[in-house]
Amino acid sequence: MEGYNYTIWIVLLPFLVFLVVGTGSLRIRPIVAGWIGTGSILITLALSLMCAWNYFGAGAPEGGWQTLIPYDMVWLRFNDTLQVHMGILLDPISVMMLVVISVVSSMVHIYSLGYMKGEAGFARYYAFLSLFSFSMYGLVLATNLFQIYFFWELVGISSYLLIGFYYDRHSAVAAAKKAFIVTRFADFGFMIGILLLSWYTGTFDFATLTSPDGAAIAKAASVSFMGASVLTWALVLIFIGGAGKSAMFPLHIWLPDAMEGPTPVSALIHAATMVVAGVYLVARLFPLYIFGDATALEVVAWTGAFTSLFAAIIALTQEDIKRVLAYSTMSQIGYMMLALGVSGSGGEEGLGYTASMFHLFTHAMFKALLFLGAGAVIHAVHSNLMDGMGGLRRYLPLTHASFLVACLAIAGIPPFAGFFSKDEILAAALHKDPVLFGTALLVAGLTALYMFRLYFRIFWGENKSYAHPPHEAPATMWVPLMILAALSALVGFIPFGEYVSPDRLPHASHLDMSIAITATAVSVLGILTAMWLYRKPSGVPARISGGLGALYRAAYRKFYIDEIYMGVTKNILFKGISSPVAWFDRHVVDGAMNGIGWVTARVSKEIKGLQSGHVQQYALGFMLGVLALVFVFIFWLKQ
Amino acid sequence: MIPGVSLLEILTVSTLMFFIGVYGFVTRKNLITVLMSLELILNGAAINFAAFNKYLYPGQPDGQFFTLFLIAVAAAEVALAIAIVINLYRRILSVDVDNVNTLKH
Repeated sequence: MEGYNYTIWIVLLPFLVFLVVGTGSLRIRPIVAGWIGTGSILITLALSLMCAWNYFGAGAPEGGWQTLIPYDMVWLRFNDTLQVHMGILLDPISVMMLVVISVVSSMVHIYSLGYMKGEAGFARYYAFLSLFSFSMYGLVLATNLFQIYFFWELVGISSYLLIGFYYDRHSAVAAAKKAFIVTRFADFGFMIGILLLSWYTGTFDFATLTSPDGAAIAKAASVSFMGASVLTWALVLIFIGGAGKSAMFPLHIWLPDAMEGPTPVSALIHAATMVVAGVYLVARLFPLYIFGDATALEVVAWTGAFTSLFAAIIALTQEDIKRVLAYSTMSQIGYMMLALGVSGSGGEEGLGYTASMFHLFTHAMFKALLFLGAGAVIHAVHSNLMDGMGGLRRYLPLTHASFLVACLAIAGIPPFAGFFSKDEILAAALHKDPVLFGTALLVAGLTALYMFRLYFRIFWGENKSYAHPPHEAPATMWVPLMILAALSALVGFIPFGEYVSPDRLPHASHLDMSIAITATAVSVLGILTAMWLYRKPSGVPARISGGLGALYRAAYRKFYIDEIYMGVTKNILFKGISSPVAWFDRHVVDGAMNGIGWVTARVSKEIKGLQSGHVQQYALGFMLGVLALVFVFIFWLKQ
Repeated sequence: MIPGVSLLEILTVSTLMFFIGVYGFVTRKNLITVLMSLELILNGAAINFAAFNKYLYPGQPDGQFFTLFLIAVAAAEVALAIAIVINLYRRILSVDVDNVNTLKH
């Protein structure tokens, strides 16, 4: 534990910056706010790297990587058994996430200095970014389920605030609400899962829950409910929460709309960090998923596989570059889920877990780079639509170079980062199920195709005439691009198996040559197809899409999922539930209240004549009352 | 003790006085007659006090004290009530009870 006390500042510093910049956002000059935010995040970057160096630098201790808890406190104390802790937990995946978050967040902070320059609400933007960084750090460092849920909601609210950053734009407000409601809906499952799990185990604590002997969860695993153990139910419910945050089908509908936020926000939250929280959550509870029967992991694997294919097909048809990237993100996260789902508990079997975390790591780098590159393109041409782009490689050489690196990385071309992680995922999938492997391989080809479709249509294709000649981004924007490009090219060489594995023991990573060659060939095929279709302007893409007819239209309209949601919501939820409830509220609940008021008013109206002001009537009443009492006393109460 | 007159007869008289008073109090419209009815009620009660004292507890003076008090209170009350009625007449030129119903406000 000694020597890691500084990690508390990784969490606290962004929070303090949020308070300072947030409360003073109207008083301090925007550029000062920007530099306070950027400076603090760079400090957390330094601390995170130091933490990673301290943790991993010395090599694995005997018996595998340890779980360290440098900081733990009782946050809420209800009674002796029900206590909520807040703390910091360091283990391979949380330290890895620290590096991912701090690197991407730093790059985004620097990039935003250029991208958001002159925007109204610049200081507010940085305050929200700091809030997000704080929440995300708190989430990955959580020591227990309650803390992770707490920060889970905090990243949700930061995401909401940042998607709705341009709150004067109707679509941004709608997108923010959609993101919040859909993820909140999924979090309901998460919460029930937490309650189930903690009810049967009596603890929130990760270390207790995931202890290798499974003592804490044995009871939950032994109780059966509707054909599956309570543990399985809890894990599936928790996965629903993760699926909401990670935009897995069918809870993915918020992510494409979330692109209404500023592009650097999409890079940070909706590509690299927050949306992989679901993957992280499953990885965090992985020993539980292994301990239960295979159902929960199968749900994870098949959801991931389906989402990755589904999203890849939609990505092929979209016209808005940020939406293409959003669907690409969904597809890649599906990949990570797939890898987790096919993983076993350790050794060779545990490759999927390692691969998933590895892909999370590399994906964060190249997807952040893609979004920031897309931001530079949008900055240059003031449009999101590919139709208005083409031939930009001459105007934006730096952006072009970094974008190409990112595309190669995501397509899985050696030696770029995506190649190594994707290879491991494919190997793990092949080990488990050939159908999953086939899906993953197909998605790899589609990924190459849609990414290079994007690339060629932006940077090649016909030369458009631009109203303003596009110009290269300022240094604050291209420096992060270069750094991320270097990382995307190089991080694949990290021997990830040494550091992250489900049994905490170091494993040597090795390339499976046959799979590597197959996957690369498929990717190259995808790239060549894209090159043939889109490098030079031609009528072929239009003919293909015309030939596909209804299928193309369905993919272009995102398979009508939004429409289905709208239909279900309007026709079933609103008509079937909300309207009757509203009617009940208006007529029965309100009616009871109004009825009481009406009766009181009516009765008082009827009896107010009794107070006539005629003294004699009062006297008569008084007399009659006395008489009545006399009769009562004489005839009724006599002994 | 009045020879030849029993308690029952005296009580009959006082009860009659009392209820005649009540009847007058409730039915008369003129405030002065209302006051007179009130006097009947009070005096009916005073007779009761004196009679019970004389017939049932001859050695003790309590009932007679009450009667004396009643006469004093009735005198004070009438003085007050007459003053009110006169003032009322000066204000609204009427001593009709039906015109004096502002108490309800």
